[in-house]
Amino acid sequence: MVLQTPHAPEPVESIIPLASEDLTRKDYASDVDTRWCPGCGDYSILAQMQRGLSNLNVAPEKMVFVSGIGCSSRFPYYMNTYGVHSIHGRAPTIASGLKLARPDLMVFVITGDGDALSIGGNHLLHVLRRNMDVKIFLFNNRIYGLTKGQYSPTSELGKVTKSSPIGTTERPLNPLSVALASEATFVARTFDTDPQHLTATIEQAARHHGAAFVEILQNCNIFNDRAFADYTDRDVRNERLLYLEHGQPMLFGENEDKGLAVSATGLRVVDTDGPDAGLILSHDATRPAPDVHQLLARCQYPEMPVPMGVIRRVNAPTYGDYIDSQIEVAKFKSRNDVAQLLKGRSTWQVE
Amino acid sequence: MTTTSTKANGSGNSSMPIQERDRVTVRFAGDSGDGMQLAGNRFADATAIFGNDFSTLPDFPAEIRAPAGSLAGVSSFQISFSKHQIFTPGDEPDTLVAMNPAALKSHLSALTKGGLLVINEDAFTSGNLKKANYPSNPLSDGSLEGYRIIKAPITTAAVAAVDDLGLSNQNAERTKNFFALGLVYWLYDRDLQPTLDWIEERFGRLPNIAEANRRALFAGHSYGETTEIADAHVRVPPAVLTPGEYRTITGNQAMVLGLITAAHLSDLELFYGSYPITPASDILVELAALREFGVRTFQAEDEISAVGTAIGAAYGGGLGVTGTSGPGIALKSEAINLAVMTELPLIVLDVQRSGPSTGMPTKTEQTDLLQVMYGRNGESPLCVLAAKSPGDCFYMVLEAVRLAYQFVTPVVLLSDTYLANTAEPWPVPDITQLDPIDVPYRRLEHVNPEDFEPYKRDPDTLARMFIPPGLPNLQHRIGGLEKSDITGDVAYSPENHQRMTDLRAAKIAGIANFIPELEVDGPESGDLLVLSWGSTYGAVFTAVNDAREAGHEVAHAHLQYLNPFPRNLGDVVSRYKKVLIPEANTGQLRMLVRANFLVDAKGYNEVTGQPLSARLLAEAIGQLAAE
Ligand SMILES: Cc1ncc(C[n+]2csc(CCOP(=O)(O)OP(=O)(O)O)c2C)c(N)n1
Ligand code: SF4
Ligand SMILES: [Mg+2]
Repeated sequence: MVLQTPHAPEPVESIIPLASEDLTRKDYASDVDTRWCPGCGDYSILAQMQRGLSNLNVAPEKMVFVSGIGCSSRFPYYMNTYGVHSIHGRAPTIASGLKLARPDLMVFVITGDGDALSIGGNHLLHVLRRNMDVKIFLFNNRIYGLTKGQYSPTSELGKVTKSSPIGTTERPLNPLSVALASEATFVARTFDTDPQHLTATIEQAARHHGAAFVEILQNCNIFNDRAFADYTDRDVRNERLLYLEHGQPMLFGENEDKGLAVSATGLRVVDTDGPDAGLILSHDATRPAPDVHQLLARCQYPEMPVPMGVIRRVNAPTYGDYIDSQIEVAKFKSRNDVAQLLKGRSTWQVE
Repeated sequence: MTTTSTKANGSGNSSMPIQERDRVTVRFAGDSGDGMQLAGNRFADATAIFGNDFSTLPDFPAEIRAPAGSLAGVSSFQISFSKHQIFTPGDEPDTLVAMNPAALKSHLSALTKGGLLVINEDAFTSGNLKKANYPSNPLSDGSLEGYRIIKAPITTAAVAAVDDLGLSNQNAERTKNFFALGLVYWLYDRDLQPTLDWIEERFGRLPNIAEANRRALFAGHSYGETTEIADAHVRVPPAVLTPGEYRTITGNQAMVLGLITAAHLSDLELFYGSYPITPASDILVELAALREFGVRTFQAEDEISAVGTAIGAAYGGGLGVTGTSGPGIALKSEAINLAVMTELPLIVLDVQRSGPSTGMPTKTEQTDLLQVMYGRNGESPLCVLAAKSPGDCFYMVLEAVRLAYQFVTPVVLLSDTYLANTAEPWPVPDITQLDPIDVPYRRLEHVNPEDFEPYKRDPDTLARMFIPPGLPNLQHRIGGLEKSDITGDVAYSPENHQRMTDLRAAKIAGIANFIPELEVDGPESGDLLVLSWGSTYGAVFTAVNDAREAGHEVAHAHLQYLNPFPRNLGDVVSRYKKVLIPEANTGQLRMLVRANFLVDAKGYNEVTGQPLSARLLAEAIGQLAAE
């Protein structure tokens, strides 16, 4: 049978009821005391999540935050929404079942680098590939925080941690590459110390119809302090980060004096006043092929600027759209008569 | 009694006299590619319509296509049919249809002494004999002495019958199962019409294949009629069954119907998360074809995701179900524990199979009882039920859903390979006579937020105040960390952990007040009680009756509720001098009964991958009764 293509994706507002009055950040904050270490990047993410959602103005009771286990996964307790603090790595599964059973809810996943890419790696691939309509926020601190400082699947090769006293012997995963390889329809990166960018990215992810994946670089000041400082510190940011804007040329540098162009081997940096300035690419997040998006995802400091913002955003029916349309068609085509079903293919009478 | 079936093609026009028998057991055995399951299922349909009571036992290799003719590739289908009610597919067949040497080699030892062998002599080539490790041809070396043998050229006769239809050689040979079936229909005086109808329905669009199968069926039937086979023409009169409308059903089919019916009776939307695994896969496959009932099936990336999605659906207010077999339960344990801690109405179907590890995926066992009872970290009580027959799977699913919602708890329902695949006649339930399933959270929709606490409990059931997300002013968070009594906040206090541990245990124990007491069949007290659970019901019932016929006074009780036990179980087991617990494991229920009630229960245990043998069990009961 040919797969029925469901209707074009609808904007969030048409599916999830908005709050009747104007909500503020506070309406999304629960009264539970936060338990993160002072100075932890998680605080900023929490504040910007509350702000971003208040901009969206979706009623808090229509939102559910599902998390795994880790420092980051404590997040749902602090949101005045419904929430499930589940088990290590499995939040995408619970979120998927919830969203399928309740399309009227907005479902978020909060996860860590260990939670999402180590124990829960399998689920991450599949929730993205299926384009489940859930918003996934991966707090990447490149360390296991809650278990007190062992290396994680995003820790750099050779990193010295408690469980790698003379350095790790394994290469890290790049969360964005994983997401793109999993056919994610929305892929973005942001970081804890740029509240405005964080809020805007959260908002865009929340508005996406389909699986949204956001890597948030998050500082763990206790076990992996300044892991991203080389390029996220205020004084170097403009030089070392590439803030992506859909439709805009990919420029960076203190005076926007550099840009990215395609070379035979990938992307390269060119000067805006140099001979190749004309080759500077505009960012196209909606480009169906993920080729340039993968090249962006692989840009690393110090060779390249580190991209921030929405790398990819494409429209596609979600898993829920497909299954709901199958149900609709099946109901239209045949009677759902339980009594008849119980009789099966044939019956006989005993008198 | 009569049935509405009409008899076409009746026999009795042969010169050989027809004998009447109460019960017959036939086993079809052949290569996986020989169509034995198909032949067996057709025979079962014809038998159902004829009006016998019956029970079937399919047995197939785990390999989809082992090398043709090899011992590993033998597939079989046993059916027992009777003029009385029967409860097992029979221990030993009276008739064995062996389509090749490997089938003969694998199954001959099961045939009763003096039993009838129907053999496809065409398949006894030196190559096939070698593949079956026969040093010489059993058809000629005298090793089959003591059996009655019908040697039929099944392959060549089938090919000859379809000769002028222009089929490929391979397709022509494929009709040999219909030839064998026709012959067995003649032997047991079965009506051909149901099978002819089935051929038309199934192959109507391929008229040549339909015609070939019809001809092979008739040819096999005529072969029986014209070949003057002595003492082999047997009739088993119809059984007296409770009047009503019947269908055939397997345990897995009954699970599917139970889930759809439970969703209907509770007005919940069914979500079924599963990862394919024998012998539970059929449930996923059959539910996936029922979208018109609003069923959302989800083929997960693994069993953990399957249960995770089911928990998500249950939390969202849907009917969240996951189904698997033992290895899958092992993977799901951590998530099931989350459902224990968060106290969510989750349904887990465990169609048990032989273990440990991958074990024997297509064989049966009752070895997951302790796994589902205790295979999780911490003190983690949940409700455990077990179906006793294929049709009972339907009713136990309804019961599982009822209890899951009433008590807001995960419920595990145990079935096994044997129940999953065995077919029996089943009175079609009248849906209007089934009780609706109450969903308490619906009554909380208008709860005053002041009165709402997620872990406040119903005083009768101790069920917590579960509401799915979406209602304003009731937002709250749940999770795997220990919960504070009443508020559900995260809590680490020693007193609270003790209280919550006790409450979780008391809630499950209290279910005993809402389930039926255990009934005893036989003397209310006395010398010997046989206590069984799950799929062994039929074998144990049969064995107990056989022991009674041999003059022993034996009581029998069967458990469908394993956690909690029926509230009178302790009393029942204390009323007999001896308690015997037959199980297809090494004594898992026995361990629980001994630990709970301090009775010196004895075990009868077989771990062979096959259903318990009623005959051997009857002997064991007789011995214990005589001690
Ligand atoms: C099954 C299981 N294994 C191990 C753990 C222990 N554990 C808890 S959190 C965690 C790692 C968390 O790291 P990450 O996901 O990066 O989160 P972070 O604490 O850094 O935010 C581990 C190994 C657990 N809770 N459950
Ligand atoms: S250990 Fe690190 S990640 Fe965890 S709360 Fe403390 S600072 Fe944050
Ligand atoms: Mg981490």
